[in-house]
Amino acid sequence: MLKYLEPHSEPVVETLRIAKVSRRGFLGTTGAFALAAYAMPARAFDKYPTGAEGMPHGVVEDPLVFVSIDADGTVTLVAHRSEMGTGSRTSIPMVMADEMEADWNLVKIVQAPGDEPKYGNQDTDGSRSMRHHIQMARKIGGSVRTMLAQAAANEWGVDPATVTVEMHEVKGPAGQSAGFGDLAAAAMALPVPTHEEIAYKSEDQFRYIGKGEVQITDLRDITTGAAVYGGDVMLDGMKFAVVARPPVVGGKAASFDATEALAVPGVESVHEIPYGGLAQKFAPLGGIAVVASNTWAALKGRDALKIEWEAGEHGSYNSDAYMEEMIATSEQPGSLARDQGDLDAAFGDAARTFTRTYTQAHIAHIPMEPPAAIASYTAEGLEIWAPVQSPYTVRNDIAEAMALDPENVRVNVTLLGGGFGRKSKADFVTEAALLSREVGAPVRMQWTREDDVRHSFYHTTSAERIEVSLDAEDNVTGWLHRSVAPSILSTFAPDEGNVLPLEQGMGLNDVPFDIANIRCESGKALAHTRIGWFRAVSNIPHAWAIGSFVGELADELGKDQRTMWLELIGAPRQLDPQNSGLPDNFWNYGEPMAEFPIDTGKMAHVLNVAADGIGYGKDLPEGEGIGLAVHRSFVSYVACAAHVKIVDGRITVPEMHMAIDCGFCANPERVESQIQGAAVMGMSVALHSGITFENGAVVQSNFYDYDVVRSDNYPTVTTHIIPHPFSVHATGVGEPGVPPVAPAIANGLYAATGDRRRSLPMGVNV
Amino acid sequence: MTKIILNGSEREFNEAPDMPLLWAIRDLAGLNGTKYGCGVGLCGACTVHVNGKAERACQLRLDEVEGAEITTIEGLDPDGNHRVQAAWRDLNVPQCGFCQTGQIMQAVALLDENPKPSDDEILAAMSNNVCRCGCYQRIVDAVRLASTGI
Ligand code: FES
Ligand code: FES
Repeated sequence: MLKYLEPHSEPVVETLRIAKVSRRGFLGTTGAFALAAYAMPARAFDKYPTGAEGMPHGVVEDPLVFVSIDADGTVTLVAHRSEMGTGSRTSIPMVMADEMEADWNLVKIVQAPGDEPKYGNQDTDGSRSMRHHIQMARKIGGSVRTMLAQAAANEWGVDPATVTVEMHEVKGPAGQSAGFGDLAAAAMALPVPTHEEIAYKSEDQFRYIGKGEVQITDLRDITTGAAVYGGDVMLDGMKFAVVARPPVVGGKAASFDATEALAVPGVESVHEIPYGGLAQKFAPLGGIAVVASNTWAALKGRDALKIEWEAGEHGSYNSDAYMEEMIATSEQPGSLARDQGDLDAAFGDAARTFTRTYTQAHIAHIPMEPPAAIASYTAEGLEIWAPVQSPYTVRNDIAEAMALDPENVRVNVTLLGGGFGRKSKADFVTEAALLSREVGAPVRMQWTREDDVRHSFYHTTSAERIEVSLDAEDNVTGWLHRSVAPSILSTFAPDEGNVLPLEQGMGLNDVPFDIANIRCESGKALAHTRIGWFRAVSNIPHAWAIGSFVGELADELGKDQRTMWLELIGAPRQLDPQNSGLPDNFWNYGEPMAEFPIDTGKMAHVLNVAADGIGYGKDLPEGEGIGLAVHRSFVSYVACAAHVKIVDGRITVPEMHMAIDCGFCANPERVESQIQGAAVMGMSVALHSGITFENGAVVQSNFYDYDVVRSDNYPTVTTHIIPHPFSVHATGVGEPGVPPVAPAIANGLYAATGDRRRSLPMGVNV
Repeated sequence: MTKIILNGSEREFNEAPDMPLLWAIRDLAGLNGTKYGCGVGLCGACTVHVNGKAERACQLRLDEVEGAEITTIEGLDPDGNHRVQAAWRDLNVPQCGFCQTGQIMQAVALLDENPKPSDDEILAAMSNNVCRCGCYQRIVDAVRLASTGI
């Protein structure tokens, strides 16, 4: 069966669902999920400011943009964020439906194309989907419910305050009743109420929010193979393309011979794609494209190309030597990211100091779905189907690259087979679009896994040096953390080796420790490959270093890990940015500090919950140990307690307890699945994932030499979600689970064996 | 020309006999539930059944499956309600979902051969199916649920 779709059709990612509420609920899995029941006082929805207003195109709260109601009562909700596995395509509409009193079984979800002026910000990264849209979703749902009640009141000639809306039914005081479909036309023509005019549901009236019983909207399609990802749209006359890209960023083909490639049956044409390099945002790397009648012919054609590559200026990038340089840089003062108290005095007065250095190799995201996209260029315009995290950016970038009017570019968002930051960068989509124009037919661009491993926008590599001063009683009096890592900025602008405030804000200068004198510095490092962002970004190296250091300091001072963490975190308090030596441009994940403070009480609490959950301190057999780490990122707090066990010379982690404080939790089932996933990905970061470079080219290529955690060594995770009412602002979920995992495993490995590892990846063998 | 029985119907391919079954299924037959994840037999995203056994479609040339009965996720159950699919839904296994068709095909083949696998047997059978999102805990639970009902 071939599925053909008309260009300029409705968004392809559209589903009508059945059986949407889980039979077993989400409590049926092992590794119990723990959410303490809490009695909730009925309370209104007090609006609060977030960083959403500061994002490009902000937040749109117009129900007419996001909601339509058919005459038969079917409610169609627009999902405007990309779905890459976090559940946002389900959870945001679920919040709308709940506040609307819509029956979830009568709700249909359609995916918005890239159009931020219409839908508001769509850039799905930064763990922002729920944090920035839960208020908007409640406002939209509440607006529609209010409008339905008003329409009914008008029709029945009654006071709207006497009209109730419940599960897709509107009821009047004298027993009148109408369905959503009956009132839709009149309701949607009414003025949209203001926030103050809406009688929001109290939390005890929530049907779906906070329950974790709504299943993801794509569940059935995913399990039957009907779900549509980047490479899954079939268009009439579509061609299949792959590209041979320069092994070194900024390199070019000095010459190439396509004779043999063109002789491969099925190969139709060969094209040279304009070359890119560093500081060119998400432009393609360039190279030689092979277009064929199927993917296999294109791959064989690519193998048959004869290309002389010229490496260019980054051909001397060797990551081992580079690491030595970064470590050397970390021995020298860098630029100040925080200066609290008088660190020089603290070190001058110290009884002794304690210093450790930690490193981390580059990481490639390797989403399960390698980059793939489909483009169809015609005289009318360009239509794209692609698994992209930021479809409006893609639309504008491609319009610019191809000198098109953005109005004539449509970007349909498919499901993403994982994103993790890689699919924020649409080089692969631009390749498809350029080729479609070139060949005059729809083109499916397929990256192989080797292409993905070798041509990513890599997570940075880093050297982190931490030195503390101790007084005669072993109190920590000074904290000096120097971080050296090439910056994401190098992907956007000519590189001067300096990091961005947002990279420093991710775990370097926001360190919440109760130490009088704190200095954080960044050393220069010039990028030699495209640096991108990977799930949790700079928090990974910073949390790795800080978490490992706390473990080492505990050992040095003869304390257990929990005591050491709690002493450093100190009494419950909020970090005062004015008196903490933080720079004016301190980055709090784009959120106002007053609303999203750095709260040491929350940090200590998640640590205690995870440590208690795993039974930290219990007796363990030889070769087993528990490691602890806690980290604040994306304005959430996550602790990891990892039980490490050596089995046949291999590091295994049979059990983990993870505790997350993400403020109000709208969908605990998806939060649990994100935390389980973060545990596995964090463990891959800890044990396996390292990209290295020789002569400018990536050494690794596929799962042979760039492996990840598999089901023979996954941690059984118990997830503890700290319960909060709605008034405790929802914060990030997708990313913050990752950073504490690697240091917890390193601390657990040390507890199990006395083997202290300071470089990521640490390897899986002891 | 290669002939196979694809989800119960005879299907002929005139393209190169060395084409991996994966690309024939996806590009030529248009059945996109079978996924490309590595192309080298190391991830399991392309898992299909060949004469009832789980195989990596990226590792089989068309001429190696001449005459074989191939089942893809689309042909697993006429209503998409195989007990393994149902177990996957009961436990909300997927995150991004991309690996899941391969995981389900692997699990079905395991349970066809060994209806009551031990936990170690489940891990051994599933350990070559990568889930980058890290759904392993729920995958293993879902295999167990499909096997035992609990
Ligand atoms: S694509 Fe066949 S095993 Fe990975
Ligand atoms: S669910 Fe995303 S790779 Fe398995």
